[in-house]
Amino acid sequence: MMQLLEAVSRWAIPFLLCLFLVLGWVRRVPVYEAFIKGAAEGFQTAVRIIPYLVAMFVAIKVFRESGAMDLFARIGAPFLGLLGIPPDILTLALMRPLSGSSALGIATEIIRTYGPDSFAGRLASVMQGTTDTTFFVLTVYFGSVGVRRYRHAVALGLLADLTGLIASLFICHLLFNP
Amino acid sequence: MLNLIWLCLILAGVVVAAGNGRIDIITETFFSAADEGVKVCLDLIGLMTLWLGMLEVARQAGLIRILARLVRPLAVRLFPEVPPEHPALGAIIMNISANILGLGNAATPFGLKAMEELQKLNPRPDTASDAMCTFLAANTSCITLVPATIIGVRIAAGSVNPTEIVGPTIFATGFSMAFVLLLDSLWRNFIKTRRRVF
Repeated sequence: MMQLLEAVSRWAIPFLLCLFLVLGWVRRVPVYEAFIKGAAEGFQTAVRIIPYLVAMFVAIKVFRESGAMDLFARIGAPFLGLLGIPPDILTLALMRPLSGSSALGIATEIIRTYGPDSFAGRLASVMQGTTDTTFFVLTVYFGSVGVRRYRHAVALGLLADLTGLIASLFICHLLFNP
Repeated sequence: MLNLIWLCLILAGVVVAAGNGRIDIITETFFSAADEGVKVCLDLIGLMTLWLGMLEVARQAGLIRILARLVRPLAVRLFPEVPPEHPALGAIIMNISANILGLGNAATPFGLKAMEELQKLNPRPDTASDAMCTFLAANTSCITLVPATIIGVRIAAGSVNPTEIVGPTIFATGFSMAFVLLLDSLWRNFIKTRRRVF
């Protein structure tokens, strides 16, 4: 099962590329010209999201580098300690919706420090795969089309992360009971 | 809401840094973060260009329409205001599939394309439509089959069983996706009934 899943993810992109091109050729699409036409939008879209991404990165980095995030994590840690959750996990949970690369860094640290097969290591692994960089997605996706009022999308995205966290905690306690 | 979160993140950072007597860190971070934001966008240019080119080939070949037709029964429930076989649905499917397979890099261009198509249907261009909110919810809570990056980290750290977290990840993401999509549909019904009352 695992080998199958890994093979699927390794073959997905080469398969997609060939499927698109061969199908296009069979359907008499001028493949090269069609590619150029679509690709021309790529640059503009990437440039259009610059202001949104800069705004997000500034806020996240200031929050993190100033030590404000560590402070929040330290305030919450005693409560989570009662549930048997290591304090570092809280830092990961706070960082995850904000920045993918920082969260991956924290998860890697936890896995190295506690060991990949420890409860904290397994929980960090599941959490990393379960939640998403909601703020990045919101900012970039809405920013690219100029939507400024996000309505309930922010709440839904953050609730998705929170549910993912609680579900990870539940399943890890069930399977890898510390 | 995002206005408030953004403001709080920055103010909390400045206050804590001042309290720690390390206020100079703020200035430094401001500039380096701005730099980093631009760099991420520049990195995205290549990927965006490549995938949007491929997507156009797929669209002209009719593949996107076929995909949209396949998921039509599900799509009409999740996105009632998007016409069946609209190109937005094709792009949404591609984005969700890339997320399920853990191909984060390919997911972003498809997602941006989906947003662009949804924006064409949006009566108020500065405000997120219901379909956009549903799409964002599905995207951020999406089921993950292969969390490839974290499996790599576990292998590097010498785990006895690096892939044992796959099952729990599928469970947790499946649960959060179902829950968030349910909340989204409840929210839509709530808005609809409220409009009817007033």
